[in-house]
Amino acid sequence: MLIDLKDINKTYNNGQPLHVLKGITLGIEAGEFVSIMGASGSGKSTLLNILGILDNYDTGEYWLDGTLIKNLSERQGADYRNRMIGFIFQSFNLISFKTAVENVELPLFYQGVSRRKRHAMAMEYLDRLGLKDWASHYPNEMSGGQKQRVAIARALITHPRIILADEPTGALDSKTSVEVMDLLAQLNREEKVTMIIVTHDPTVASKTRRTIRIKDGIIEE
Amino acid sequence: MTRNKSRSLLTGFGVFWGLFMLLFMLGGGNGFKAMMMKNFEGFATNTAILVADRTTKPYKGFQDGRGWSLETGDIERLRRMVPQLDVVTPSLSIWSSSAVREEYSYSDAVVKGIGAEYRQVEEPVLKYGRYLNEMDILQERKVCVIGRRVYDELFPEGGDPCGKYIRAGAIYYQVVGVDFSASNISVNGNSQDAVLIPFPVAQKIYHRGNRIDLICVTGRPGVTLSTLETRIREVIAENHFFDPTDKPALFIIDTEQLFSMVDTLFTGINLLIWLVGLGTILAGAIGVSNIMLVTVKERTIEIGIRRAIGATPRDILSQIMMESVALTSAAGVLGIMFTVACLAVLEKSNPGMPFQIGFWSAILALVLVALLGVVTGLAPATRAMAIKPVDAMRDE
Ligand SMILES: Nc1ncnc2c1ncn2[C@@H]1O[C@H](COP(=O)(O)OP(=O)(O)OP(=O)(O)O)[C@@H](O)[C@H]1O
Ligand SMILES: [Mg+2]
Repeated sequence: MLIDLKDINKTYNNGQPLHVLKGITLGIEAGEFVSIMGASGSGKSTLLNILGILDNYDTGEYWLDGTLIKNLSERQGADYRNRMIGFIFQSFNLISFKTAVENVELPLFYQGVSRRKRHAMAMEYLDRLGLKDWASHYPNEMSGGQKQRVAIARALITHPRIILADEPTGALDSKTSVEVMDLLAQLNREEKVTMIIVTHDPTVASKTRRTIRIKDGIIEE
Repeated sequence: MTRNKSRSLLTGFGVFWGLFMLLFMLGGGNGFKAMMMKNFEGFATNTAILVADRTTKPYKGFQDGRGWSLETGDIERLRRMVPQLDVVTPSLSIWSSSAVREEYSYSDAVVKGIGAEYRQVEEPVLKYGRYLNEMDILQERKVCVIGRRVYDELFPEGGDPCGKYIRAGAIYYQVVGVDFSASNISVNGNSQDAVLIPFPVAQKIYHRGNRIDLICVTGRPGVTLSTLETRIREVIAENHFFDPTDKPALFIIDTEQLFSMVDTLFTGINLLIWLVGLGTILAGAIGVSNIMLVTVKERTIEIGIRRAIGATPRDILSQIMMESVALTSAAGVLGIMFTVACLAVLEKSNPGMPFQIGFWSAILALVLVALLGVVTGLAPATRAMAIKPVDAMRDE
């Protein structure tokens, strides 16, 4: 089992304590293509942040590829995020003053890959996603679909085992949404990347092979 | 940082201006000091001048307020009784004499009776001929060395005037030398207006008896003249019956004091320059720090993204630090370049004066500014390090 969650609890303590995740137990095998659905505020993003080691949980156990993810140092956390996990966000989250290719290179920069090598790799990935001609453009010169494909290239460049996507089609029209989902499905098929996609859209969820439903911080699959 | 060029520019301006102020004023101060020191050129640095004045204390039956004069005998006494002195030489001046040759005359001349050793006090720049020598003094020859303006007025045709005669008062003197020294120090008359004659000749012709106006002394190498002052007072006072502690009775001015006064003045000015300059640089640095703090807050999402895709807090720290150092250093380099340009202009208009700052001072300033960049980056960088990866998820 690649991802194994045991009775995860998470409470936000900003003023009024808010118990968001109330005992999540969940297993995901390597190579799965999973969607997570649920009402707004049900805790989907919170769960995804914990899976991505962007945030920590209060009680329970999170095993990632046989390692217990708990009390990691900043270094270890950064290293897992860099090598194991790729992120795709609803609002793309590209760095606005860097070109497409520079954005794609960034994860490799933090791995200490040489400038020439990471540039070559970034160009290769942009090419695969049909964005070669856009390499030296800035994010604000690109369409939403193009930006999301740049973000996917950035997530893929370190060959992660898992890709976590929080509403990756939330800011795209239906046609582009289908394209992006087809792309993710293809990557899952061909590269065996484990995909976990948070979405509100049933057509997006229908493209995945398994759907996990969250209601009020509890899984009801 | 690159996104907001005009803001970066404005921020760096404080550092730029501070560095400019500091270096420009330091360079300017040095040049100004050199200009002042040029006035003392050719004047022995270890010199004191003794002048008689009225007594202010009653002594050995004499009342206070008594006038007295230095005399030829005092020279011998000083030489004999204060062996640390090197040169002891007299001078007496007759002001507003007119010097005449043929149809030419110069009415602002100062006839100065001096000894041969006087050249060691006020170094002459001999254009023609020679200075007065011991034989001139001993044999009381009627010879003279003339200053630049006297020469220009009496010998408008130019050329070597040695051997020719000029008249001062009723007496004719043979010119033996021309002194072109341009020093602005004037001991009892400016050297450019001087007609230098042997002092015994001056004493006789102007009915001075054995009286002299002043005695110039220089210390032997390594001797600090101010330590000899008491001894000099004792020697002179004994001969003229006044109280050796009666300071106003014998006026002694010491060039060392003069120089140290100028030195203290410039040390003070330099201190002020450092204070103002460093203050401005510091204010500039605090400005940079503040602006960068704001910038870091604005860049929360960006930094969060970097953290999410694998940047460690240390990566973020070094990124912000490098930006800070780059910003302050760029401002610093511009400041130094601007200073060098301005000082070059000053130096051009004041030839020979060292206004320019040294190469190593510039390098040192640059290193200091880069260090300042590190200090400046500290606060913004710590704030940036506190940004967590989840912060990338928050909505903008
Ligand atoms: N950093 C936080 N501090 C405090 N409360 C938070 C924080 N993040 C989320 N919450 C709260 O936790 C609950 C779950 O939030 P979460 O973002 O996980 O929901 P979601 O299922 O992703 O909703 P949506 O579909 O609208 O994105 C919400 O009530 C939200 O207000
Ligand atoms: Mg959400």
